[in-house]
Amino acid sequence: MTREGRERLAQALAIVFVAGLSLALREDDFALFLVARVLIVVIACLGLNVQFGYAGVVNFAGATFFGVGGYMAAVLSRGTGVPHLFILVAGGIAAALAGCVLILPVLRTRGHYAALVTIAFALLFRTFLEVNDSLGGPQGLKLPELRIGPWRFNEPIALGRFEASFLLNYVILALFLAALAFALVVRVDRSWIGVQLDAVRLDETSAAAFGIPIARAKITAFTLGNFLAGVAGALSAHMVGFIAPNNYSFGESLILVSILLLGGIGNPWGLPLAAAIVIVLPEQLQVIQEYRYLLYAGLVILILLFRPNGLVPRPLRRLGGA
Amino acid sequence: MGALLRCNGLTRKFGGVVALDGLDLQVEEGEILGLIGPNGSGKTTFFNVLTGVFPATSGEARFGEMPITNFSPQAVYQAGIARTFQRSRLCLPLSLFDNLMVGNHKNLDHGLWFNVVRRRALKRQIEEGRKAARELLELFDPPLAGRLFEPASRVPMIDRRRIEICRALIGKPRLLLLDEPSAGMTRDETRRLMDDLLEARRRLGRLTIVLIEHEMSVIERVTDRCVVLNYGKKIAEGAYRQVAEDPLVRQAYLGLS
Ligand SMILES: Nc1ncnc2c1ncn2[C@@H]1O[C@H](COP(=O)(O)OP(=O)(O)O)[C@@H](O)[C@H]1O
Ligand SMILES: [Mg+2]
Repeated sequence: MTREGRERLAQALAIVFVAGLSLALREDDFALFLVARVLIVVIACLGLNVQFGYAGVVNFAGATFFGVGGYMAAVLSRGTGVPHLFILVAGGIAAALAGCVLILPVLRTRGHYAALVTIAFALLFRTFLEVNDSLGGPQGLKLPELRIGPWRFNEPIALGRFEASFLLNYVILALFLAALAFALVVRVDRSWIGVQLDAVRLDETSAAAFGIPIARAKITAFTLGNFLAGVAGALSAHMVGFIAPNNYSFGESLILVSILLLGGIGNPWGLPLAAAIVIVLPEQLQVIQEYRYLLYAGLVILILLFRPNGLVPRPLRRLGGA
Repeated sequence: MGALLRCNGLTRKFGGVVALDGLDLQVEEGEILGLIGPNGSGKTTFFNVLTGVFPATSGEARFGEMPITNFSPQAVYQAGIARTFQRSRLCLPLSLFDNLMVGNHKNLDHGLWFNVVRRRALKRQIEEGRKAARELLELFDPPLAGRLFEPASRVPMIDRRRIEICRALIGKPRLLLLDEPSAGMTRDETRRLMDDLLEARRRLGRLTIVLIEHEMSVIERVTDRCVVLNYGKKIAEGAYRQVAEDPLVRQAYLGLS
């Protein structure tokens, strides 16, 4: 079987696995919620992967862009009649536009400084939300249920004798969007854009010497990544039905980055596994809850020490198959 | 006379150091010009200023009819000048093929829509790229053509140098700038590399080359003409034999006063 064939098979199996698992858990609200959450986080991390892993643009404000998507969804679904499918896209666009604020400093700074710039942005965003009464202030905002055409997401599913929790609706949509985002990111990687982004990350001087527009490449990666985080944030906000500044803390951004490191930076294939580990494990071990951030910090240190390329290290790109 | 490259009074200062000091230099179409001089005499700086890595402090450069002084590196490449670096600058984790395609940037389509949606057309372009890469490597070193999908980190230094030269050649430049391509190689490897280069050039149609090189036997064998720099200034110019006899050059190299 060709490599492409093997990958298609793996993707199909992964989708079948998640679908099967969700069907088996169809009455269990909490489990379905976790499955959907993992899928949503995978979408956001796919975006970060384009930024960190391909273009080498650091972004420690992942949760902020996730939040921008969520707040956009809240504002639109509360105040307008925009169809909800468009609201998900609008969440992504809002996050991409919010990223424009950061583009100049991100292009001009590197390494630690770039990290600091994004962290400062994350803190500003939270403060902005907390003092902004029209966005609910510290209490946050409620969102109505998601509807796409006749499909009402907060209604339990009942098809003949098949019955399932309303959360299965969100799992289905999240699975679909995650598969779409995954295909997009893999295609970007296996193209001239992927080669170009790698060249920019590895050596800007030689990339420029061969005509690669450094700024444009970084902006493309940054914007695409934030768009995915924003779409994920909009879907998440609808599923939870409620958003508040606390959900978009710097700690949440670090969790996204730790998933990226655990999965294997630059390799989308490790992300679902890593997201499942980081999100589901603390829920299972209730005692850990209090010490979550400690756990993540320890995890990141262990990965960097013992598996610096993550659980599933990035393979060599083979354009055109070989 | 149609000089391909013409520099007038090209100067670059780093703080108090005048790395390049009023350089007047012409490169004729189709020649191989040797650029020599002791360490720190400004040879690499000349390439860097020419290719837009650093802006010139003063002076100007023309490429054909085009004034290229203080062009961005990208614009210089688009104009038809390609280079290699003194310190190897391949993307080591990437495949040889990816590295070559970095040099082929001007012939590739980088639009998001083309790359993500028009996968058939992309596939055709990749096939063309593979063909071009294989042909070029076959000219240079046939066994390398079979190793397109190995990471650059896994090939020995001499092959990395070859790949770097091929990366510069694959975009079909009009002027090639080589900065000590044989640095860190044995005499034998250097000779083979130069043979390969001359052979490739013969088939690629008399490409114009500026070559920085420390090994004088290479300069003697390969170049049509030489320019000697010392402290950023041109101190001699002419055929190698003539330049090697020059008392100023002997003084600069041997430190005789
Ligand atoms: N980026 C830089 N910053 C400061 N000084 C530099 C820089 N690049 C080169 N120089 C100085 O310019 C002079 C010429 O260097 P260079 O062009 O590398 O010489 P060559 O290639 O002939 O050995 C040296 O004195 C060097 O220290
Ligand atoms: Mg040098």
